[in-house]
Amino acid sequence: MSEHAKSISFELNGSKTEMLVETHENLVELLIRMNLNGARESCGQGLCGCCTVIVDGSAVSGCLYPAAFVDGKTVTTVEHLDNNVHLSPVQEAFIEEGAFQCGFCTSGFILMTHQLLEEKPKPTDEEIRDYLAGNLCRCAAYPEIIKAVKSAANKMARA
Amino acid sequence: MTIHSLMPAGQVGRSLPRLEARAKVTGRADYVHNLRLPGMLIAKVARATVAHGRIVSIDTSAARALKGVFAVYTGEDIRKHIPQPYYGPAFHDQPILALDKVRHVGEPVAVCLAEDAHIAERAAQLIEVEYEEMPAVFDEVEAMDSKAVVHDVLKPAGTFPDLKHLHGKKDTNIALDFHLKRGDVEGAFASAAHVFEHEFHTQQVMHTPLEPMVSAAEPTREGLTIHTASQSPSFVRIEISRLLGWPENKVQVKVPHLGGGFGAKLYIKLEALVAALALMTKRPVKWSLTMEEQFYTISKHATTFRIKSAVDADGKVTGRSCAVYWNGGAYADIGPRVTQKSGFTAPGPYDIDNVAIESYALYTNRPPAGALRGFGIPQLVWAYESHTDLIARGLNIDPVEFRRKNILREGRPQATGTAMKDAAIDLVLEKIAERMNWSAPFDRGTGTVLRGRGVGVGFKASISPTTSVAFVNIYADGSCALYMSTVDMGQGSDTAMAQIVAEVLNVQTENVRVIHPDTDVTPYDMATLGSRSTFHMGNAVKLAAEDAKQKLEAMARSVGVPENANIETREIFKKKYGMQAGNVMGVGSFIPTYKSPDSVTGMSDNITPFWMVGGTGVEIEVDTETGHVKLTKLINVADMGRPLNPNIVETQLSGAAIMQLGFTMFENMEYDAGQVTNASFADYKIPGIHDIPPDIENHIVLAEQGGGPFGAKGVGESATFGVSPAIANAIHDAVGVRLTDLPLTAESVLRGIRLKAGNPIGE
Repeated sequence: MSEHAKSISFELNGSKTEMLVETHENLVELLIRMNLNGARESCGQGLCGCCTVIVDGSAVSGCLYPAAFVDGKTVTTVEHLDNNVHLSPVQEAFIEEGAFQCGFCTSGFILMTHQLLEEKPKPTDEEIRDYLAGNLCRCAAYPEIIKAVKSAANKMARA
Repeated sequence: MTIHSLMPAGQVGRSLPRLEARAKVTGRADYVHNLRLPGMLIAKVARATVAHGRIVSIDTSAARALKGVFAVYTGEDIRKHIPQPYYGPAFHDQPILALDKVRHVGEPVAVCLAEDAHIAERAAQLIEVEYEEMPAVFDEVEAMDSKAVVHDVLKPAGTFPDLKHLHGKKDTNIALDFHLKRGDVEGAFASAAHVFEHEFHTQQVMHTPLEPMVSAAEPTREGLTIHTASQSPSFVRIEISRLLGWPENKVQVKVPHLGGGFGAKLYIKLEALVAALALMTKRPVKWSLTMEEQFYTISKHATTFRIKSAVDADGKVTGRSCAVYWNGGAYADIGPRVTQKSGFTAPGPYDIDNVAIESYALYTNRPPAGALRGFGIPQLVWAYESHTDLIARGLNIDPVEFRRKNILREGRPQATGTAMKDAAIDLVLEKIAERMNWSAPFDRGTGTVLRGRGVGVGFKASISPTTSVAFVNIYADGSCALYMSTVDMGQGSDTAMAQIVAEVLNVQTENVRVIHPDTDVTPYDMATLGSRSTFHMGNAVKLAAEDAKQKLEAMARSVGVPENANIETREIFKKKYGMQAGNVMGVGSFIPTYKSPDSVTGMSDNITPFWMVGGTGVEIEVDTETGHVKLTKLINVADMGRPLNPNIVETQLSGAAIMQLGFTMFENMEYDAGQVTNASFADYKIPGIHDIPPDIENHIVLAEQGGGPFGAKGVGESATFGVSPAIANAIHDAVGVRLTDLPLTAESVLRGIRLKAGNPIGE
């Protein structure tokens, strides 16, 4: 760590966390140091959604978000959704509908779907497309992703 | 959706989710991207800023002086450790770092190493290189006789017999010339009722796997371990061994899941540099490309295709000549194979007695081109299916009817002379026609929104002759594992191969453990490419599972278990070894028969072990005021034999078609003096969720591949074939404008509409 490193404290996936972070470090790099690999830097420009992380309840592009900015905030990553036990309805739906191939973009789609269904429990096709327009999938599992979002909405409505 | 039957054990033909599904939805799947090794150095390269130039000097002093920099190396430093530091699958033409001259903008010239990636990156920016610029060539047709010569001497690798004659050749950019001649083409043109001639172009595009290319190497007591996001671990081991002059067993190559590949991560890419750096620094070294850097590393060939057909008075094509020019960029990569393997299908899936083909791989001063989902086939189908539509329109014959009249049917010879077998081209065409309701009246739209429809059908030969080997290990408790070097880059090979093992051994697929490629453990496989794995590795896996089963049965007999006894596997092991101990190891090795094309005529009576067939039907709307094209229906149809996992292959169909949709409608690497000006997702758009048509159908025609494992064959590329020409044909159908260059942008459509109306738009 350099002399510019800053001490921060935040809540990470439900646990109080204190860390030293470099000023140039981004949130994805911080998470990698915590062995959380689900948020991934791909395009490096905040355009593909692979690095999606939830900070204080809102999705951010982890590759553009300075790590030091999470000081005092709550950070949630895809690894928190199942707590190593039960998959969330969204995760189940993504598996059942085959809504991914290589899986590299999947964390971002799943986190965004959770956020969408919190805001709109019964989204239309158009609302799903609009909400997920910032996430790219080069394997192009989009038709299955749309099906999975609807299926997850049904699961959550039943629950 | 098509209904397919299950095999007896209920495993092959079953649509179970991917085995690694849980790991992927929880963010815990294993990629090289995640890899961190103790003491690891990060590599960042400084890249060439000119397209073609002699290196006068490289000043690394400022980079070396930066605090935290571990080392800085140039090509000359590499040469001290590896005397012949040139790699490549077809030609040994690519230096690990540039030597003497650079051949494209973005070529790696020097490398900086630091523990902190940010420091390595800053150091790379401090490297000053002075070049003496040389004339460059960028266009594939100009490269045929350009004064700018990319390589002083051609250096074929020696692996492919048809490249040997190029050894030592000077003053040429032609890295392979393939010729085929069958029948009397001149005679066919002389006696033709109609002659049609067109020229088509495709643009250079990039795979953009979302896990950017990444490799790491670590020195070990035995030699080197390379962790790499590669589609071809066995080839990496062979090529690194060759570069180092080591036996293969000193190099270990390990590959976990890939975050997409599509052909970008084939053969050898970043591995040579990380291997050299690990040996030079005696530290683990990781090199991760950025999205931008990928555009300078590998791409899909831009092409020019001149196609000419002779047609008789009945609308039968009697002769066709094809000249295809492949823009291979500065390094051959696998371009010469694309030139030949795709080249011999250039006349398309049509029954034509007289054909002539010329196909040229060309060096230019662009970033290298290689394999991208279709191995050159989409570029060819683009041209021959656009041409086919133009002939039908020219003769006033319905485009589907014209295809029926000329289509290549079972048993008839393809251009090489090989008789077609298990290629359901006609079924694919008929399925498209049926799903599009082709014979019914079509709503052509009104006012400023006009509607059109189009089809395209293509075919592809498999890459031959290539080998796959697999092991199936039955443990003493009766559980089993599959050892293979096929790479799961998202296509679902782990799952499909486990289904084959499960079917043979009559166990649940979910209980088959798949061991990922590790060349110290998993046996040889040529590569995961060209939709070859299902057929080649599938056969090897089936043979290995059958071998294990027979050995287990023999073991049962040896310990006195009667035939057909209902006994658990673990009990057989216990009877044999007195406790839970021992293994049964089944081995399967597969290489199909093949005859390479004659060096003069290009003919062969056994050109491929199987054919892939794919077709597309589309309906579109064109806004005549803006030129905007909206895809309203996309129908993907393929012959993939009997699908091993129907749901997974359906997603392969729609995924391939949507990827090709990007290459058709907007993706395009743009250049200024050899510099890619749009090498990022901010400027290079790939398909997003809004680009998906509202109506997508995937259909697998009922077919079975002879010699395929359970009648299956490859599928990953088939749905790319017909997309581009189907859309161009639909645009013609809607507004009477023919586009001959990809991508089919709104601007080019609008220019066509205005030109046709006698009101052209100025430049």
